[in-house]
Amino acid sequence: MSGVTTAEAPPDGNRLGPMASLLAVEELRVDFRTEAGLVRAVDGVSWCVAPGETLALVGESGCGKSVTALAILRLLARPAGRVSAGRVLFAGQDLLVMPEADMRAIRGRDIAMVFQEPMSSLNPIMTIGAQLIEPLRIHLRMTPAAARARAADLLRMVGISDAERRLDQHPHVFSGGMRQRIMIAIALACEPKLIIADEPTTALDVTIQAQILELLRDVSQRLGIALVLITHNLGIVARYADRLAVMYAGRVVEEGSAAAVFAAPRHPYTAGLLRSVPRLDHARSGRLDTIEGLPPNLLHPPPGCRFAPRCFARIPVCESDPALRPIGSDRQAACHRAEEMPGILPPVPVHAIGAPATEGGSLLEVRDLVKRFHVPAPGLFGGRGATVHAVEDVSFSVRRGETLGLVGESGCGKSTVGRLLLRLTDPTSGSILFDGENLATAGPAAMRAMRRRIQVIFQDPYSSLNPRMAVGDTIAEPLRKRLGLGSAATGRRCAELLDQVGLPVSMAERFPHQMSGGQRQRVGIARALAMEPDFIVCDEAVSALDVSVQAQVINLLAELQARLGLSYLFIAHDLAVVRHLSHRVVVMYLGRVMEVAARDALYAEPLHPYTQALLDAVPVPDPAMEATRPRRVLGGELPSPLAPPSGCVFRTRCPCAVDACAEAVPPLREVRPGHLAACIRI
Amino acid sequence: MLSFIIRRIALMVPTLLGVAVLTFFLLRVVPGDVVEVKLRSDGASVTQATVQAERVRLGLDRPLVNQFGSWMGGLVTGDLGTSMWTGRPVSQEIGVRLSLTLQVAVMAAIIAVVIAVPLGTLSALFRDTWLDYAVRIFTIAGLAVPSFWLGMLIVLSLLTVFHWSPPVTYTPFWRDPVQNMSQLIWPALAVGYRYAAVVARMVRSSVLEVLREDYIRTARAKGVWESHVVVRHAMRNAMLPAVTVVGLEFAFLIGGLVVTEQVFNLNGIGRLFVEAVTRSDFVLVQALIMFLALVFVVTNLVVDLLYGVLDPRVRPGA
Repeated sequence: MSGVTTAEAPPDGNRLGPMASLLAVEELRVDFRTEAGLVRAVDGVSWCVAPGETLALVGESGCGKSVTALAILRLLARPAGRVSAGRVLFAGQDLLVMPEADMRAIRGRDIAMVFQEPMSSLNPIMTIGAQLIEPLRIHLRMTPAAARARAADLLRMVGISDAERRLDQHPHVFSGGMRQRIMIAIALACEPKLIIADEPTTALDVTIQAQILELLRDVSQRLGIALVLITHNLGIVARYADRLAVMYAGRVVEEGSAAAVFAAPRHPYTAGLLRSVPRLDHARSGRLDTIEGLPPNLLHPPPGCRFAPRCFARIPVCESDPALRPIGSDRQAACHRAEEMPGILPPVPVHAIGAPATEGGSLLEVRDLVKRFHVPAPGLFGGRGATVHAVEDVSFSVRRGETLGLVGESGCGKSTVGRLLLRLTDPTSGSILFDGENLATAGPAAMRAMRRRIQVIFQDPYSSLNPRMAVGDTIAEPLRKRLGLGSAATGRRCAELLDQVGLPVSMAERFPHQMSGGQRQRVGIARALAMEPDFIVCDEAVSALDVSVQAQVINLLAELQARLGLSYLFIAHDLAVVRHLSHRVVVMYLGRVMEVAARDALYAEPLHPYTQALLDAVPVPDPAMEATRPRRVLGGELPSPLAPPSGCVFRTRCPCAVDACAEAVPPLREVRPGHLAACIRI
Repeated sequence: MLSFIIRRIALMVPTLLGVAVLTFFLLRVVPGDVVEVKLRSDGASVTQATVQAERVRLGLDRPLVNQFGSWMGGLVTGDLGTSMWTGRPVSQEIGVRLSLTLQVAVMAAIIAVVIAVPLGTLSALFRDTWLDYAVRIFTIAGLAVPSFWLGMLIVLSLLTVFHWSPPVTYTPFWRDPVQNMSQLIWPALAVGYRYAAVVARMVRSSVLEVLREDYIRTARAKGVWESHVVVRHAMRNAMLPAVTVVGLEFAFLIGGLVVTEQVFNLNGIGRLFVEAVTRSDFVLVQALIMFLALVFVVTNLVVDLLYGVLDPRVRPGA
């Protein structure tokens, strides 16, 4: 189709040596015109990828990694975004200057793309067959019949059974993981030379993430396709990438082979990222090492090194701009002190952590909690409807001063448990004993009194704050309304709370949209603390934050607990974060508790097959360790909570399931002291 | 699918019943009495006995509940009653005027869709260019200019420029299409302009919204031709909200042609409505309101069914 048939190395450009590069991005610069001014989202970025290689493009949100990908395919939102300099050489041709018709012929044919949001990336009103067939008809000029046959083959290749029938279905009948498989099938349709996958699994659960990434790797290896994997997840990089390029504030700060970079980062930012991720493979070592501050605003980037304002190794020379330069063989870094790295890294601080408050009695006792939602059948004569089994027979306790982690994938009922504890929704049955009082049956007046002692921090710090209220007013509202403080006392307490969560008092005047995500989450924490609660439900409280900011908030939560003696129920899907913060952990699947154990016991020796699969699915940011880990990928998808499997709900995906598993719901039993699991096969 | 339609039709019954109850009793509260209006217009001096006799003849002396009962009984059997003024069956009164009003409304809808869809789409595609500004001026004007005034302008300009005025008597389309069209195309244009403006603005904003969707980016990343991206991926999705507006405006037009019919001197549903109200012809007013309510619920059903055709996500049973 296109004129791209040769795969010769470009005449210049590839600084990495003789290996012919398939795609070389050279000094790429992308500008966005905004009302506030010109934002240079990508500023002189260069990297290249060889045929068949997997390159990871890593960085936090806003670092320019996705913009780079869109610029390569010339898919930037016009007219706001514009490539203002640089070249993108694909098999020797500059994609940025070729006519649109030639570029169109390359998209989907030679370079395909997989996007982040599988739920919205497929056209909702076209059958998936029609969407799969489109590139085949356009690029390969297949007949409708041949294209359909090929489309069915593609679906089978990405692991979707019953392909013929499924071609005629629309996207909405597929789950997120299935849709991402379909997106991959579309990308593979014309056997491209390169696939750019932009955060392909960020919206998916860990077990599905593992399925999708294994699939991407298998097909790309089998068909010799080069892969550019854009991600913020260092574990994914360690498990899947050959090389990586780390981006910060619109620039590449470090580039090299994954093994080398992880072993000895040459840029302080890379080192900081690696240290601020909570690790699944490391025990809790007190505070996470954080990168202080925030990424710069690209409207007014700092002069010189963009990382310098946050850098521990800052010296006067950092006021001049460091170029990305070779460090040793096969590596590059943009740091004046790259040669000294990682030797100048300060030692990881070792803080003794507050011992789990085992001596404290239990503050919260949840017994046989059940929540079922009735879904009415549509229409007038629609029958009896159906029942969603959101939470079934959940029991656990939280001790004073303790953090109980509650983990599970989406749909496991963990957030519903949180809502039940707060009585934002009423339980179907069961009891919630909080300091001796049963919240499940408490009347409105008793509940109002209780609400002072139980607070919540929500996931989305933006939508959970009133956009029309200054954050100071948000924090002050309960002080005035519930505690009846006067305005002077309210002001004092408000300032104290802001200080407690590490925000300057001047922030009280700001509105939520004037703050960063991390700052907003701190406001959410201050608001929760205002009532001086004993117990806080943290519902995915750090999930929406970038790694470096997430570490700051995790540390803050740990500090507040130590200082104020709070108890937390920490609901999260990120097993590493839960490991870092929790004293004990509850694992849920499809509304039921699978396993309860002290943190170290659970992570070191998980008993339940589901916990084992969950831990296996999470990649660890250490390529050497990843190479030795077993690759057990949990197959299948979460069954519908409308009709959960009989007996053990996990048996349909369980590698150890036997016939007996279908017969009765396995009770949660104490396999070892303090270590409970619900499985008959242990 | 069939069960969905049956269910929807069954759900119309309570809606229409509510309309019937409200209409009937509200009309009785409103001052005005058909007998007095009618007899006064005769000019003769009327005795109390004559009035009373006429009231008895029309059944107005019976208790309200009784009257309501017999009206409902009639509705169930499809009998809308007889006009208190003309004495002819209401169904006949509506029937002779319906074809005219319906034709104007349908033509206006066709004009609106034919103008609005391409105009709205182009406006979105060439956002913030002179083309977009021109379309936006055109549509703002359409909302600002009252249809009856535009109608007057049309009639006047036909007279002054072409020295021709449209025929005043209604000829059914099948008898003489040319004669029919030369009378009805003008009111259809007058109301169609506003209609087109409303729909075009909806199409524009919905195309703009759809073009920002992830699946449009996916289509482009597949190498789909830009024309296909617009027509096959963007426009089909963008039509969904537009269909709702087309449907609602259509139902509105059936009852909303009142003033425009006056301007063009058309004997349609709108004029009948005005006449019935001024004469306090309760039976006719009730029947017209029930008819319009029926038009609204049926249009809504049609829109919902059309939605099912266009959007598999809301397809019943999906």
